[in-house]
Amino acid sequence: MAGQAAPAAAGKMAALVAWIDARFPMTKMWNEHAAQYYAPKNFNVWYYFGSLALFVLALQIVTGIFLTMSYKPSAADAFGSVEYIMRDVEWGWLIRYLHSTGASAFFIVVYLHMFRGLLYGSHRRPRELLWIFGVLIYLALMAEAFFGYLLPWGNMSYWGAQVIVSLFGSFPVIGDALVEWIRGDYFISDITLNRFFALHVVALPLVLIFLVVAHLLALHEVGSNNPDGIEIKKVKGPDGHPADGIPFHPYYTVKDVFGLGVFLVLFAAVVFFAPELGGLFLEAPNFEPANPLLTPEHIAPVWYFTPYYAMLRAVPAFAGTQVWGVLVMFAAILLLFFLPWLDRAPVKSIRYRGPVYKVALMLFAATFIMLGYCGLKPAVEPFKTMSVIGTIYYFVFFLAMPWYSRIDSHKPEPARVTK
Amino acid sequence: MGEAVDRGRRQLLTAATTLTGAVGVAFAAVPFLASWKPSARAKALGAPVEIDISKLEPGAMIKIEWRGKPVWVVRRTREMINRLASVEGFLADPGSERSRQPGYAKNEARAVNPEYFVVLGVCTHLGCAPMSRFELGDAELTTSSPGDWPGGFYCPCHGSKFDLSGRVFRGVPAPTNLEVPPYTFVDSGHIVIGVDQGSFG
Amino acid sequence: MSAAGRLVAAIALGFAAAANAATTGWPLQKAHTDVSSLASLQRGARNFVNYCLGCHSLQYMRYSQIGDDLALTEQELRDNLMFTGERVYDPMRSAMPPDRARVWFGNAPPDLSLIARSRGVDYVYTYLKSFYEDPSRPTGANNALLANTVMPNVLAVRQGAQLPRYEERKGADGQPVQHLAALEPGAPGEMNAQEFDGFVRDTVAFLEYVSEPAKAQRQALGVWVILFLLLFTTLAYFLYKEYWKDVK
Repeated sequence: MAGQAAPAAAGKMAALVAWIDARFPMTKMWNEHAAQYYAPKNFNVWYYFGSLALFVLALQIVTGIFLTMSYKPSAADAFGSVEYIMRDVEWGWLIRYLHSTGASAFFIVVYLHMFRGLLYGSHRRPRELLWIFGVLIYLALMAEAFFGYLLPWGNMSYWGAQVIVSLFGSFPVIGDALVEWIRGDYFISDITLNRFFALHVVALPLVLIFLVVAHLLALHEVGSNNPDGIEIKKVKGPDGHPADGIPFHPYYTVKDVFGLGVFLVLFAAVVFFAPELGGLFLEAPNFEPANPLLTPEHIAPVWYFTPYYAMLRAVPAFAGTQVWGVLVMFAAILLLFFLPWLDRAPVKSIRYRGPVYKVALMLFAATFIMLGYCGLKPAVEPFKTMSVIGTIYYFVFFLAMPWYSRIDSHKPEPARVTK
Repeated sequence: MGEAVDRGRRQLLTAATTLTGAVGVAFAAVPFLASWKPSARAKALGAPVEIDISKLEPGAMIKIEWRGKPVWVVRRTREMINRLASVEGFLADPGSERSRQPGYAKNEARAVNPEYFVVLGVCTHLGCAPMSRFELGDAELTTSSPGDWPGGFYCPCHGSKFDLSGRVFRGVPAPTNLEVPPYTFVDSGHIVIGVDQGSFG
Repeated sequence: MSAAGRLVAAIALGFAAAANAATTGWPLQKAHTDVSSLASLQRGARNFVNYCLGCHSLQYMRYSQIGDDLALTEQELRDNLMFTGERVYDPMRSAMPPDRARVWFGNAPPDLSLIARSRGVDYVYTYLKSFYEDPSRPTGANNALLANTVMPNVLAVRQGAQLPRYEERKGADGQPVQHLAALEPGAPGEMNAQEFDGFVRDTVAFLEYVSEPAKAQRQALGVWVILFLLLFTTLAYFLYKEYWKDVK
């Protein structure tokens, strides 16, 4: 910054900002959501995943837009157009791998973000609506991933869609008509692919962006929770701001940028050295074009759906219908919405909760991973029994929570956040 | 907030991180921007095209497509070639100084071999497709006085006129002569469009 | 049944016949391919063109791309790999019309652009080495890995004959069944066993390269990307620690 040029430029800049502020709440929004948004100063490593999820959303949108420029949503051309992207489009392979790896990364950060909520009681009052927006984001994300998975028109794409769409056929009376309506045809066809494409590239991204905005607005309205699970707004400093709060910018922006760096190193390692990640992120049968006459030897959904897929398979058919497995699977997701009211503990954070919740939560995490593993495996023993046990525990964890969370012991919460 | 902040170190680190981040974003933008370049398929479709001219009659023209544009090959008669010099006074750019053509086609005939005229059939005004009007003295077309049309090309969109070397006449909307694409003779009966003279094989 | 219905049924039956070719429990052998060896890939490309391209296309692979990646000039491509008047930008298509192929083999030979990714290199390597003489098959050959394959043993001249050795085992119903236990060398071919392994390995390495031509570029670039990100992350860490000195 040499000479008089700098103050003059700064003055011009201030004038420009004032001009905009008179017409658009730029500075106001910046202050509300960054420079004067006071976040608890004791965030730990679990608090990186929210901003990372936002980054991955942006990455998926940008890479998705560029893939759409070369992809053709028709049964005749889809598979070939993906290979066209991988080979003929300059750097197309990188854009495609960023998108395919980004899909899995999205679920990884979202699952960790949700588990953070369970650890520190981020779903508890007054953040019920914040949690519900989050669960809606998770649901929209699953729909987005499901529709997107059909687009490469590989054989696993095809049969994965076939299996999931057929689930709706198990509903009594309306089942068959419903499945035909979803497919728009008598089998998964060009028509189905075309509408899934529209949903994947336009409809669900819009829903996701809307929900993410709502999620952030709700967060900034009530304020962030923290690893101690106490409300920092209760104790204000002399400046009127929370005594345990620090401005999001610059403190958490610089911290999140560091977190982003660590994430990107791991992400790049997968993109450049293991984009298939041993068949978890890109499955081998998907390198064969969709073949309505040839089922892959073993159909497994992509890893992020497998916990629910295991639950689906864990429930046997009875009373002449398989609808029970489908209902159990949907119920497992719907239960998440009720979590804020199922949890009755007097404290929020795991730090001050009793041994029952600690054990229950660790078992829950282990069960969820175990279910995910079973869902990747064929439906044979011991995976069948493990799936049944896992499914039962999943429901017990939620449905018995009103009882065990109340009888559990707890330690007193501190008045101020701890290091 | 306690003891003095080392502002210099803070500014330096901010600048270094911002700069590195900006470099990273710039690098990351390259693949996305480069993905808009013609793909290997576009290049394959736009690859040089070979034309068989061994059966082309004197005075006749053939059209082929190269990179989505019409390419004309006219086999000019001795008389057509001789006429080229006589129209120079009416042309906007008789020496092709302002027009686009490979160096080897920057001459009166605008061709490697004056007998074979190769040109893009795209009007230099707004990209319409001109038509061949080789008939002498065409009543509709004049250059200075009625009935003096020396044969050439006429663009129906806005009335631009070109001579038999694709050179534009004065007083029409088209600013420059028709463009000559790169081409080369493989042998006396075959032309390849899209490859420069002398760079083949 | 409508004409369309009959067509669907015919396709389904034809498919069912082809689907009789099924993978067995035959153990896979490690291919030990080396896609970083240009010489191996170049030999593999020539093997593919000479022995496979007659029936199998690589519809997503352009000759020009092979030239760029395997350090072959256009002239070398024309002299060694292109024999049917293609242009250098063209994809590697088999000259065999697919409808004729279906009549001859009951099944169109699959495109092999992605075979190394969908099945794995070890599978392709083992498959190519596991043909044996079986007079009961229309082609006179069968395959230990993919039983009742419709593909003829095109490499027999190179490998020589392989003969099956059966063992008697108890089936599920307690009855003895003939079980293919091993393949034993018969009449020798043009190559000894070691040469033939190398021949197949080169061919499979070429298919591995074809399944993802950008792989070498991807890995080479990845090193630099990660180094750059580590630098950025280090700077961001010091920036973070610097600002957080304020936070008590």
